[in-house]
Amino acid sequence: MNPPMSLIEAPSLFSVDGLVGVVFLIMMAITVTGGIIACNSERLVRAVAGLIVCFVGVAGVYYFLNSPFVAMMQMLIYVGAVAVTISFAIMLAAPEEKMKIGTSSPLVGPFGFGTAALITGGLSVLAVRTEWPVMTKINDGSVKNIGIQLLTNFSMVFELISIVLLIAIIGALIIARAGRDS
Amino acid sequence: MSLTLLNVIIAVVIAIAFAALNAAYLVWAERRGAARIQRRPGPNINGPFGLLQPPLDGIKLMAKQLIIPGGVDKILFIAAPVLAMFPAIMSFVTIPFSDTIVAKNMDVGILMIFAFASMGGMSLLFAGWSSRNKYAMMSSIRAVSQAVAYEIPMLITTITVVMIAGSMNLMEIVHQQSSSILHWNIFPLLGNSHNLLMPFSFLIFFVCTLAETNRAPFDLGEAESELVAGFHTEYGSMGFGLFFMGEYANIVIGSCMTTILFLGGWGCPFGLFPGVWWFLLKLYILIATIIWIRWTFPRTTIYGLLNLSWKILIPLSLFNLLFTAGLIKVF
Repeated sequence: MNPPMSLIEAPSLFSVDGLVGVVFLIMMAITVTGGIIACNSERLVRAVAGLIVCFVGVAGVYYFLNSPFVAMMQMLIYVGAVAVTISFAIMLAAPEEKMKIGTSSPLVGPFGFGTAALITGGLSVLAVRTEWPVMTKINDGSVKNIGIQLLTNFSMVFELISIVLLIAIIGALIIARAGRDS
Repeated sequence: MSLTLLNVIIAVVIAIAFAALNAAYLVWAERRGAARIQRRPGPNINGPFGLLQPPLDGIKLMAKQLIIPGGVDKILFIAAPVLAMFPAIMSFVTIPFSDTIVAKNMDVGILMIFAFASMGGMSLLFAGWSSRNKYAMMSSIRAVSQAVAYEIPMLITTITVVMIAGSMNLMEIVHQQSSSILHWNIFPLLGNSHNLLMPFSFLIFFVCTLAETNRAPFDLGEAESELVAGFHTEYGSMGFGLFFMGEYANIVIGSCMTTILFLGGWGCPFGLFPGVWWFLLKLYILIATIIWIRWTFPRTTIYGLLNLSWKILIPLSLFNLLFTAGLIKVF
């Protein structure tokens, strides 16, 4: 199977395609940097900061992929709500700082690295080898279309998501009430 | 291509300049307003009416040494003031000042402003946490719980307006109110709302704006008598300056949103002198009201603040939402 044309002829850096590629790479770099900070920092609040950087990068990718609605929802929900909630949890739990969590078993170092390399390599080979079909644009990705689709074709999914959220809230309340007498 | 790039650069420069100039001169307006209410002259030495005070203050702040106390988390300590200012500038990108004066007219304009406004809370949190100061920490926890509490009624009220307008495009929302002064969303009888509760929506939104921008009587994050100075206790020079510019820029954005959603944007009453000045007039009347409120009402307690949101504003705004939905269904 031949790889697609774009892999053979890389576009010039200063053409439109080249600049678009640079923007995409910047978004990717932001996301990956945020992810690395989130995983490797010893202070939990810094990890949250890394997570936020990662979320912003992902929002940038959504915007880049021509769906501003999803990008803005990503910012609003993940940066505005989820990250704040995590910070609250950290502050309420007041974890010991600079404490090594978990023992360094042999599985952590070389095995972990090997697994990660295997998965990355496999996915890369798969991505390059697959002949990606060129999708036609279904609609213009506007808010109106998303709303209509959510309430007609995908109303079942829409309702199921709200049930999942309801269960999550009830579960959180039960866990929070567990240790109390009254 | 190059022309587009030039346009983008000009738009960015204007957005930053507008935010920064407003922030600088609102400090002056605030101090003069406070002085007037307290029957004293206020800053009146530098230039006519003290108008040179903001640039001089800016020079003083920038000339001072940036002190980073020992034991703080350096990266977050430096990042926090930047995070306070950056979302405010980003929000100016999509705010339409008139038919033609808008940097980027987006379909999801409202969402964009709320998305970036929600990042402001993180800046306060990081500032308080990285300072390693218990007063700063307490203040940032207060400020964030306040921001979370008041975001909910604010968003619900916005949804009410969006349901009436049927669009999240700020331009479109203004155009729908442009027929006459009685078509503004705040007035219930004419216009496309027919909703008797619209004045209350306006009130809820305005109170939430006050709380979201940490303004008195809801400035619990900066309660000087209890918390030294609040989340910016450890900040000096331009770090402190950025927090204050961010606060004032947020006030401008909150007032812009109130103007657009409820007061008809740049729409002029009775067709008199249409233009961008109507927008600016409404904007600065709202800001003057906010300053007036700050120097007239005492600060509430943190419990009073949270109770007002969770027990009064959220149920009321939810009822308002359901009522509006019912009206839209019926008519």
